[in-house]
Amino acid sequence: MMRRILLGLALLAGIIAPTVVYPVLLMKVLCFAIFASAFNLLLGYTGLLSFGHAAFFGSAAYVAGYLVRDLAWPVWAALLASTFAAALLGWFVGLLAIRRQGIYFAMITLAMAQMVYFICLQVPQTGGEDGLQGVPRGTLAGLDLSNDLTLYYVILALTLLALALIYRTIHSPFGQVLKAIRENEPRAISLGYDVARYKLLAFVLSTGLAGLAGALKMLVFKFASLTDVHWHMSGEVVLMTILGGIGTVLGPIVGSSVIVVLEDQLADKVGSLVTVIMGGIFVVCVLLFRRGIVGEAATFYQRMLGHRK
Amino acid sequence: MKTNKTPLFQIRPLAAMAALALGLACGAAQAEISDNVVRIGVLTDMSGAYSDLAGPGAVVAANMAVEDFVAKQKPAFKVELVSADHQNKGDIASNKAREWFDREHVDVVTELVTSSTALAVMKVAKEKNRIALITGAGSSRITNEDCNDVSVHWAYDTYATGNGTGKAVVKQGGKTWYFLTADYAFGQSLEKDTTAVIEANGGKVLGSVRHPFPSTDLSSYLLKAQASGAQVIGLANAGADTINAVKQASEFGITPKQTLAGLLMFITDINSLGLKATQGMYLTEAFYWDMNPETRAWSKRFFERQKKMPTMVQAGLYSAITHYLEAVKAINSDDTQKVMAQMKKVPVNDFFAKNGKIRDDGLMVHDMYLMQVKKPADSHYPWDYYNVRATIPGAEAFEPLSQSRCPLIKK
Amino acid sequence: MTEIFGVPLLALPSQLVLGLVNGSFYALLSLGLAIIFGMLNIINFAHGAFYMMGAFASWMLLTYFGVGYFGALLLAPLLVGTVGIVIERLLLQRLYRLDHLYGLLLTFGLALIIEGLFRDQFGVSGETYEVPEILTGAIDLGFMALPKYRVWVIGVSTLVCLATWLTIEKTRLGSYLRAATENPQLTQAFGVNVPLMIMVTYAFGVGLAALAGVMAAPIFQVSPLMGSNLIIVVFAVVVIGGMGSILGAIVTGLMLGLIEGLAKVFYPEGSATVVFVIMAIVLILRPAGLFGREK
Repeated sequence: MMRRILLGLALLAGIIAPTVVYPVLLMKVLCFAIFASAFNLLLGYTGLLSFGHAAFFGSAAYVAGYLVRDLAWPVWAALLASTFAAALLGWFVGLLAIRRQGIYFAMITLAMAQMVYFICLQVPQTGGEDGLQGVPRGTLAGLDLSNDLTLYYVILALTLLALALIYRTIHSPFGQVLKAIRENEPRAISLGYDVARYKLLAFVLSTGLAGLAGALKMLVFKFASLTDVHWHMSGEVVLMTILGGIGTVLGPIVGSSVIVVLEDQLADKVGSLVTVIMGGIFVVCVLLFRRGIVGEAATFYQRMLGHRK
Repeated sequence: MKTNKTPLFQIRPLAAMAALALGLACGAAQAEISDNVVRIGVLTDMSGAYSDLAGPGAVVAANMAVEDFVAKQKPAFKVELVSADHQNKGDIASNKAREWFDREHVDVVTELVTSSTALAVMKVAKEKNRIALITGAGSSRITNEDCNDVSVHWAYDTYATGNGTGKAVVKQGGKTWYFLTADYAFGQSLEKDTTAVIEANGGKVLGSVRHPFPSTDLSSYLLKAQASGAQVIGLANAGADTINAVKQASEFGITPKQTLAGLLMFITDINSLGLKATQGMYLTEAFYWDMNPETRAWSKRFFERQKKMPTMVQAGLYSAITHYLEAVKAINSDDTQKVMAQMKKVPVNDFFAKNGKIRDDGLMVHDMYLMQVKKPADSHYPWDYYNVRATIPGAEAFEPLSQSRCPLIKK
Repeated sequence: MTEIFGVPLLALPSQLVLGLVNGSFYALLSLGLAIIFGMLNIINFAHGAFYMMGAFASWMLLTYFGVGYFGALLLAPLLVGTVGIVIERLLLQRLYRLDHLYGLLLTFGLALIIEGLFRDQFGVSGETYEVPEILTGAIDLGFMALPKYRVWVIGVSTLVCLATWLTIEKTRLGSYLRAATENPQLTQAFGVNVPLMIMVTYAFGVGLAALAGVMAAPIFQVSPLMGSNLIIVVFAVVVIGGMGSILGAIVTGLMLGLIEGLAKVFYPEGSATVVFVIMAIVLILRPAGLFGREK
């Protein structure tokens, strides 16, 4: 019951938010919420740390931008195609990366992502350092997306869909197997699960959703650029997830909101020290609250309940 | 008058509302300049790869422009300056610009180093019908494929720097060339444009090598250039790549036997490399602090605040803001189209540009200068780096309007 | 002139020598990573930042204290190693009981902080560090004029790598180290001070990165971002070599430098990606890496 009420409140907040907060900023938050949640599906529920998720986020942004601007595809088709392209790339990278575990997995994904970065830089379609600029937002199901508010509600709906998909995945038998792999991989193997296949599936799902996030962000800002595929972006999504809470449903959403708003607000205040602050948050999170904001809050809430009893 | 480096955003909305209320009360009397305040937003890279050539120094130059304008012209309206760091990220830049236009009533966004942020913000400016004055970015797309009627490209573009150097060096006798090209859109177009001008002037390009961007070790490519036997090695790259190429060319004894030509370099690059490694190099800039009494006077004032001599980007920013403010004062309006028309009508005449003219594609055409880097022995005081070898008249320095790919130009 | 695939044969040896120079840097850096990983089970993401600090330390020693190149070669690794000790004592040691991934994340954060601070202090264009007087000039090899300084880099790094390998494989200290890597509790029980050992190892690994930084300073521009792209290539080197053996790290580093040198001759556009392509191939054929053991 409690959960229903909370969910309803959150939905209501999402609907009235653009009257209070700047819609473009909100859309950015939503895109990163999808991105971080997709990432969390891997780190939080499968125990795989990918340090190259920007590759999927960014290349989908490029693909979607190219399809809409240069080939004049309708928006829905471009979104679908770019999500699929990211998943395909994810399948390829995943096939290589899941051959190793733990730290190696992180390094391999990072290295593969760096390769994708170089390719995006050299391919003429991406516009190199100039970026792929001036993508029209177009229309979706008769709605004119060039209006910020319309686009906001479309993205809100898609975000809810993506989150629901992730939620369903986590709570499905498939999700249970993923958790079993996270907790104890050898045991999962000995129970007869084809661990590699499960990991690969999770990886593809995660990269596909990361791609959706990237394509949506491209639509909001009307361009894709090298920042989207750079490894700093991969680091950022890791940070969002840890800050919010690894392995919690709400964590990545909270984490991405905090980081996006923080970056936006810090832009005119601290100047060059932004990266230092981000690094500092990283260090503090890892050392002091590894459960993240949502994880700590949940623990606190449980403890309160315990006291009352 | 107030010129905050960082806006006090808690106070600003209140102040804006008060000003708005005042504006409404006063009615039509001052309706021409919205809320009687002209707001200028300096959006730049405060910490990343371009913070030396733009960044904090650009904010200093902008502040100087506003202070000088207010002191000299005593306008009836207020001028306010806000600044922000776009971290070289297009999305942060366009988000900030949107927010400035929508919420803080910023009339003009300026500086905008790096092409991806400039191109993104130009589009936002067009959408919101405000002005973008670009001094930091160099892409020639700004006034070609992506041109619009609310943007002005002020200080330089890569066509002018590559072209100017190419033509002038050939004329000085550097007939055979070899290119070291950063392998992406920017490097490739720089190589293409410069090749055309070299061949048109009777020079010959012996070959080129494309290196990945970024590269720290360019020695392999330099050896190829050395083996080609070309008189001039053209560096169609920028930033750290150029710096490392120059350094390693001197290490391998390639310079001074062969001459390097930087197709996009700034005085900050020379400053960090030192004269020993850069002596004899040719490059094209729009501005050098030590050209005449006027440039020296302004640059020394700048130096007092920033402890560095200005780059062409920073000097250009001062020039752009001054020209904009004068246009606003002259027509007593901050209406975008009217101001743009006025800015295009009046030639730019200041220490930065003589008789500069803003074309319909948004390019501010002015003279460029071919510099040759001095030998260490000829440099007598700090920042004494260049000999000005030639003045390239604006009409020759920039791409002619007849070749423009800008849709605004009807042919 | 003899040619293969349109490339003059004479150009080949000179490009290989240049590749070896880059290979020396890869070797030093991946060696440091391997040693730290062996002892602490942490992948040190801040390795690139320490490399950068080494280069800056030598520049600062020269500019502020007048200490020359050879002094810096000794002092800079010591200074950076001390920073490493502080970081190990204050931060890293809190993570040893946790998943290894936390070490990676912490050092990633550290890398951001260190690079950010240097960028704030020194700007991005960086500073220039001259080649020491005695090592200027070039040796004529017949096919190329090789700057003496590059010969020096290859020599010193090979020497340091071999000395490190011998120390670990052949000395008593090295045997303690290997024992502590294998089973820390047991080694502690035998009276070896394992925490001290861990601390020294980290400092040494970081010191190696700083040494590479000092040697890189006269060749590359000393800039705050010089380490951040390099570290990703070195990660790929480590994946290719596998972190099973010290010698493996050294050999892989040198070898990839050579391969990259070849790529610069035959297909310069792809020379940035060649290491990653090799990584992919190795992962398909030998997932544990060339010298690795599957745990």
